[in-house]
Amino acid sequence: MQKTGGQLAMLVVINSLLLVAGALISGGTFLSVFNLQSMASQVPEIGLLAIGVMLAMCAGNGGIDLSGIALANLSGVLSAVIVSSFLSATESGAAFSLAFIAGALLVGFAGGVINGLLISRLNITPILCTLGTQMAFMGLAVVVSSGKAVTVGSPALLSSIGNDMIAAVPISFFVFVLVAGVVAALLKFTPYGLWLMLMGTNPKAAVYAGFPKNGVIIATYAISGTLSALVGVIIAARNVNVKFDYGSSYLLIAILIAVMAGVKPEGGYGRVICVVLSAIALQLMSSLLNFSGLSNFVRDFAWGLLLLTFLAVGRYDIAGFLSPGRRSQTPSVPVPQAPK
Amino acid sequence: MSVSRTDELHGAAGQSRSFSFGEHVRRRPETITFLLLVAICVIVAVVNPAFLQPSTLIDIGRASVVMGLFALGVFIILAAGGIDVSFTAIAAFTMYSMTVLVQSYLPNLPIVVVILMATLGGAALGIINGLLVHHLKVPSLIVTIGTQYLFRGFLLSFIGTVWIMSLPPQMGAFGRMPLVQFESANGALITLPFYFLVLPIAAFGTWWILNRTLMGRAIFAVGGNADIASRLGYSLRTVHVFLFGYAGALAGLAGIIHVCANRQANPFDLVGTEINVIAAVVLGGARITGGTGTVLGTLLGVLLIVVLNSVLVMVGIPSTWQRLVVGSFILLAAAFFVTRQRKK
Repeated sequence: MQKTGGQLAMLVVINSLLLVAGALISGGTFLSVFNLQSMASQVPEIGLLAIGVMLAMCAGNGGIDLSGIALANLSGVLSAVIVSSFLSATESGAAFSLAFIAGALLVGFAGGVINGLLISRLNITPILCTLGTQMAFMGLAVVVSSGKAVTVGSPALLSSIGNDMIAAVPISFFVFVLVAGVVAALLKFTPYGLWLMLMGTNPKAAVYAGFPKNGVIIATYAISGTLSALVGVIIAARNVNVKFDYGSSYLLIAILIAVMAGVKPEGGYGRVICVVLSAIALQLMSSLLNFSGLSNFVRDFAWGLLLLTFLAVGRYDIAGFLSPGRRSQTPSVPVPQAPK
Repeated sequence: MSVSRTDELHGAAGQSRSFSFGEHVRRRPETITFLLLVAICVIVAVVNPAFLQPSTLIDIGRASVVMGLFALGVFIILAAGGIDVSFTAIAAFTMYSMTVLVQSYLPNLPIVVVILMATLGGAALGIINGLLVHHLKVPSLIVTIGTQYLFRGFLLSFIGTVWIMSLPPQMGAFGRMPLVQFESANGALITLPFYFLVLPIAAFGTWWILNRTLMGRAIFAVGGNADIASRLGYSLRTVHVFLFGYAGALAGLAGIIHVCANRQANPFDLVGTEINVIAAVVLGGARITGGTGTVLGTLLGVLLIVVLNSVLVMVGIPSTWQRLVVGSFILLAAAFFVTRQRKK
């Protein structure tokens, strides 16, 4: 656990460097209040998904949640379809918003529990299970919306979550920080957090120690599902429509954030604060690429490269690699090159 | 064909199972796939007899070539306990860059060389995958998600995004070359294209590698338990590089056939169909944790998915249901195979 502080410090440094670089490249506009606000309102979606991925990874045994963004879209679409069948977004804005949020959270929770049950009770590998549910969730969203975008509109409460500020900070960002805080507290101060990490470290030992294995797995995926639902709500709040294929690249980005935050893909270690910082760093980078006027495809390319680079950083202790004394021990790092 | 080695050992240990069908299914999970396929075909044929027309069957055969090639690659990686989601990006990358290369620089390149170069290009990209998976020591899913974005991002940002509608003539000719041609009852000409042959050849090659070579043994051994395999002296590095290189080569081949068959090269194509292919392999009875599976099962799984995709409309289920149905099939199959496995 001694590398805990290192990862955190590195992320803080990366964030500061990115801010400075942005300010230098753009001549100050990067740090304008407007730009900071717009970046802050984009972070929650990917950040919450990444926390879900982190939890699933921490559970170990190949744990991963690939169904996140599909479930987010499903909860948005399903809830929008159901709620707008008996409430009108324009007439009773607040009631619509509350019903929509409740519906979405319920769908997300249920989806997460399904994932958890399939993985813990039926022993399906998490990769396979969440691949299947990803497809099923997306398919269900297509079925209920007939493949079209569903209009949520901008009812009072919901649109303020997506667009309004408190003290010049977007509300959605507050929601993100608050939820991240709750999850972090859950991991730090409850038995659940301890069980989760120890189970990820050594599943077999955890079973013999009498941990409620199934309960922990179900809870993990249920939390991840609920986080996805929250993402669905934020998506609906920020956009007027919800659609089944929104954010198709979020799957990679969520995993990228988790890996960048030092979460171990084999389980047992991950910190929420690092995930939050790494989500912010990724958003800064994304905005920086935007500022330099590169196409979306270059960004995809950069994300792929970045993911592989951070995997390499995690694998080969970079600090040790940079100091010449230990260099001989480390095999040469296959720095991922652009394929030619 | 090859059931997992460990399974065979357990079987040889000789619990006398009275219920022989269950035993058979456990050793040959693809039996279920086959029965499911037959059941679906019978149901569809009863509901809509048009299904049994030669043109429909030939369409299914044609549609399964590209997916079948992908599936063979995924299967061989799955057998060794890994997973690959970058093969569609490899296929898109090789097919588009080959088409651009032939069109703008080497217009007279014979088709055989084009196919060979695409295959080798795919293999090279696959080897990058293999090296990364081996050296980074993280789940291959995460590595290949990264390389999928890397390859596709590189293709779209540096090679091109233009949809090529007019192929170089030799590639178009290859796509049209007939293997069998006959006239149907209503006078329409039905063609089973020549490129269909590639699938059985690749399937046989894969079967041969897995069952008749030391590499095949190494692959199943690594899939069963990588640590033990490496202590037995199998070089994990060689296995990884071979696996991903082979899967990449199949993906490159599939990509170029896809272009020739559709007579256009769309750089945005293919990526996004990975899950269907993985589903096919899993439905064919390969365990995602590795060490098991057969080539025959994989091909049956591919047929199952292709048939499912093409018959839903025939029996009156709207095409919007397709994803949901296939997703549910994956979960059902996964649950089924896992329960079987636990019972032994």
